[in-house]
This record gives sequence, C-alpha cells and structure tokens, in this order.
Amino acid sequence: MYVAVKGGQKAIAHAHALLAKEGRGALSVDRLSVDAVAGQLPVLVSRVMTEGSLYDPDLAARAIRQSQGDVIEAITLLRSYRTTLPRLGYTRPIDTARLTPQRRVSATFKDIPGGQQLGATFDYTHRLFDDPSDVLGDNLAENPQSMPRVTDLLGADALLEPDHPEVWDDPEPGDLTTEPGLFPMSRAGRLQALARGDEGFLLAMGYSTQRGFGNSHPFAGEIRVGEVEIEIDVPGVEHPVPVGRIEVTECQMINQFVGAPGAPPQFTRGYGLVFGRGERKAMSMALVDRALRAEEFDERVVAPAQDEEFVVSHADSVQAAGFVEHLKLPHYVDFQAESSLLRRLRSDPSNSKNSVGGAE
Amino acid sequence: MNGHRPEYNYAYLDEQTKRMIRRALLKAVAIPGFQVPFASREVPLPRGWGTGGIQVTAAIIGPSDVLKVIDQGADDTTNAVSIRSFFHRVADVETTTDTEAATIIQTRHRIPETPLKHGQIMVYQVPIPEPLRFLEPRETETRQMHALNEYGLMYVKLYEDIAKYGRIAKSYDYPVLVNGRYLVAPSPTPSFDNPKLHQSAALHLYGAGREKRIYAIPPHTDVESLDFDDYPFQPQRFDSPCALCGATDSYLDQIVVDDNGGKLYACSDTDHCRRNHRLEHPDEDEA
Repeated sequence: MYVAVKGGQKAIAHAHALLAKEGRGALSVDRLSVDAVAGQLPVLVSRVMTEGSLYDPDLAARAIRQSQGDVIEAITLLRSYRTTLPRLGYTRPIDTARLTPQRRVSATFKDIPGGQQLGATFDYTHRLFDDPSDVLGDNLAENPQSMPRVTDLLGADALLEPDHPEVWDDPEPGDLTTEPGLFPMSRAGRLQALARGDEGFLLAMGYSTQRGFGNSHPFAGEIRVGEVEIEIDVPGVEHPVPVGRIEVTECQMINQFVGAPGAPPQFTRGYGLVFGRGERKAMSMALVDRALRAEEFDERVVAPAQDEEFVVSHADSVQAAGFVEHLKLPHYVDFQAESSLLRRLRSDPSNSKNSVGGAE
Repeated sequence: MNGHRPEYNYAYLDEQTKRMIRRALLKAVAIPGFQVPFASREVPLPRGWGTGGIQVTAAIIGPSDVLKVIDQGADDTTNAVSIRSFFHRVADVETTTDTEAATIIQTRHRIPETPLKHGQIMVYQVPIPEPLRFLEPRETETRQMHALNEYGLMYVKLYEDIAKYGRIAKSYDYPVLVNGRYLVAPSPTPSFDNPKLHQSAALHLYGAGREKRIYAIPPHTDVESLDFDDYPFQPQRFDSPCALCGATDSYLDQIVVDDNGGKLYACSDTDHCRRNHRLEHPDEDEA
C-alpha cells in the first residue's frame, strides 16, 4: 500500500542512530566527560539548572552532553526528570544576606559596607581570543564573609519601599510546578515563572523597558553571587537542619517612582534570583519583575513587559520551543481542510477578490 | 555520578501526579465541555507534540489496556509511532492499530471512521483548548465569557465569514456547543469529524499540556456545531472516493504522487482504509 512521507519505527531508529553519531564527533577525540562540562562550562550549567528548575550540576552537565549543547533540549531533559521526583517538602526561604559573596557590586553607591567585590566576571575583559593557559593564577578572594544587602541599607533611610507591606501574613508562595497557575498571579508565582523563563526572552523584555516600552528608570542596586545554605524543618528537631549549599546570583534593581495615591515618592524594587552564575538573567528578571508590578503602583499598562499574561505565557522556553517546533509534525488533515475550503471559495466567482485569513 | 541512571514510575508519571490529573478528569466529565485547569507536568516529549494527551493517557492507562495511537488519522506517522512505543516502554501495555480492539485511542487531529463503542476512551492532544483564543487572546477575559455563557463574539465571527465569503470559513477546529452549555474547541479535528462527537458512545478526553487544561465530552452527550438557521452547519465533503480502498464515507488526504504535481486522494484513517481494502479485495495480500 502506498504511504507518502509516513515513517515508521525503523526510520526513527535510524534517525536516532545518526543523531548519536553526529553528537559523538571524531572518534579520535575523547568523549566529553560530565565533569569536564560541569567544571569548564559552569555558566551554561547554571542556565540549564535555572531554567530546568533543578539544582544538580552533574545532571545538568549530563543533559548538556546528551543534548549536544542544545540548551532548551537540555532544560527539557532536566525538567522531565525533575517532574517525576516526589516532593518530600520545601526548604526554608534562603537568606541571601547571609550569603558569602564571591562577587558583589552595586551601581548606586560608591562605598558600601563590605566593599565592592568584582569576583569572577566577564566585565572589563577584552573580548579577544586568548590562550587559556595564560589566565590561570592565584587570584582567589580571601575569606569571603557575608555582607548586608545594599537594599537593606537604603531601606533604613526610608527612601526604598520595604521588603514587604507593614501588614503582611507571609503567605505560602505556592508552587507553579504542582499547581496550574491562573491569571492574575501573585508576585511570588510570577517570579517563579520568570526564574524558569528563557534568558533570551527576559533579556529582550527587560531591554524593552529601558527603551521606553514601559519606563522603569532602573539602577542595579546590588548584584551578588555566592553560596548560600539550604535548610529544612525536620519534625521533632527544634532547629532548621542544613542540607547543603547552592550557588545563586541575586539582583535587586532599584527603580525611581514618583508616587501615587497611597504611596509616597520612593524607590521601588525589582527582584531576580537564579541558580549558579547567571547575572544577565538575574538582571533581566529583575527588570521584568518591576515592570510587571505596574498595577500595584497604579502605573499605566502600555508595554508588553508590563503585561502579565503576555510575559508569563510566553517566557517558558520549553513550552515555546515545543509549540513552534511542533509545526514539523504532519498537518495533512488540517492542511487538506484548508485547501478544500480555499478551492470552494475560489470556485465561487463573487469571492475572486477576497482572501481568507491565515490558518491557525 | 556518571553511574546513576534515574528510574521512572509505571506509565512515567508519579502517582501523586496521576491522582491530580484523575481529579481534573473527573471534574471535566462532571461538567461537560468546561476547561479544568491542571498542573501540567513536563513529559519526555516536547510541549506541543501531545504532552496533554500523554499525561491523560498516563493517568488512565493500566496493564490490561490496549492502546492505539494515531496522528492525522494514521497509525504509522512518526509521532504516533513514537508515542505508542513510549507507552509500550513505560506502561508495558499492548498496542494495536485496530480501532475496534483498542480501549484507549490517543489521537491528534482525527476521530477514527470506525464507529466508537461503549467503553472506549478517546484521548485528544490539544494545542489551543480555548475556542475563543483567536478572538480574545486573554485568558482572564475568555474565562469570564465562558462563565457568563457569552458566546456572541463567536457568532459574530461566523456571521462575518458568511457576509464576506458566503459561507463559514472554518474547516477544522470548528466550534461546538457541548451539552447546550460550554463552547468547546474539538481540537483541530476537521469539521468532517464533528458529527461523530454528538451522542457518541465513547468517552472523549481532551488534554492540553502546554496550556494546562483538561476537558471532556462524556458518552451520550449532545454536541452541536455552531450554525445559523439559514446557514446550517456543513461538514466537508469529498467529490471522489479513496483511491486506495474506494471508500466514499471517509476523510481523504491529498497525496502528491509524482514530480509533476500529480495527486491522489486516500483515506487519512489508515486502519479504516486497510480494512476496507481487505473487504473489497479479499484475495490480495496486504502490502
């Protein structure tokens, strides 16, 4: 029986074998080890962990290797594993004020208690190809210690909106990965969505707020990178129990705000937090977080970055990539339906000048 | 680290997730056509490739089930093959291409031509569950429109089609009213398939993974395609029979057969076509 472009089991198996071969490269070169990926591509590993919502550098490195460097594929792999894990409980909120910064900079104050600390950054490097053997040296920060957050200092002066309203019952933040997440969302829910969101998308959205599509007048109040302790409450144990440390990048954006009924002129905040080293994503996230708070401050919602449904519905790279790429799947049936409709419309002479709107 | 390879639960999803999905399914069956939000999970296939259907199937499948998976009506399209082998692997379930032998039929874009029976479950992979989405992009708005039974916008769209083109220019994902209450997107099945939903003996479950919605059409439920008294609903018709089996009652795919744009029309439902072919040519061996 004649079957056009319909492939079977065999075609898929062959395609996968070819994929594996393409990903292996020249056999004379050693296969990339997971340790090499985790150790030498840490920024990529950070991104996969952040957007994959799972802090596991080894598994992320393995995902990157298996996906041949396709970031979204690696994120999908990680998330598809993560979602099958049982939820044993939730940690206590991490305290980034207690984080010992490997890097910490503020663009709003020259002198901050604890000082500015450049740390590992691409800033100020010359983007010239170098010889990797030249750059090794003993230049590690000596004994990093925790430093107060810059926003806490500014807050003491009352120019900055407080961390939370005076009357606040500290609601549970919910969990986007176990609840459907309906609009309108809480800020906590939104931040979860942004943390899982695509770096490129958030970068573009954040950038748009700097170019007049939702004015935000941002300053990088503080960016800090370092390890922070993870603690859980264990029934029967009085104190929280530390279960490990994770590296995070935190960004607090400070935005000018001229005031509105019920809120004095003050600086407002946008917040970004990601796993590992992901400064660009953390900054973009903070810009978008602030833009999405428009309604809270009675600002006019005029730009895409201020529109919660628009941003949150389209930020997830796994969802976006899946739906865009599903266009590769056969659409014979719908296409057939559309073409017979077009033929019928064309055969009707009164329609000769009209055209039918685009397919869905 | 290089040593440990993660283990997965029966039918891939963990039991808590299955319970959550089953609850959503029960609610969906209790309120025919209502879109129930559910906490859609990642599955090991890309979103947009049937993850909603896969989650629904994973939540209802058991070892005694017989699974059929079709894509565009065909059992042998690559995505159907891939999903079938996924469940064969993770749920250790018997698979079939025979519509009558299946207890669960997961589908994309088609309803089989063979009439469905009591006890069978259709699982649809749905890309956009919201029938009003292309008229109103906002979830917050469309939810309210459903709540208020406010479907005027859709009627206006259909009316505008008639005013402009002389007919309703919607050939698939043609909106239906379920149980006289909720407006439903029948997933992008061709309008040819809409009449099969009305008072169907089977249970129809719709899963939209990316959009996090589940809805259902229970057996023996009224399903009306929207229309006007003077412009009644007309499903597609085909002028010629299937070139392979001669069927005149099936949905046909256009197949390009040579480099000169030559084409023929054949059943999109490969199981139906094969069975028909066998009836018409009993002595021929199946190719």
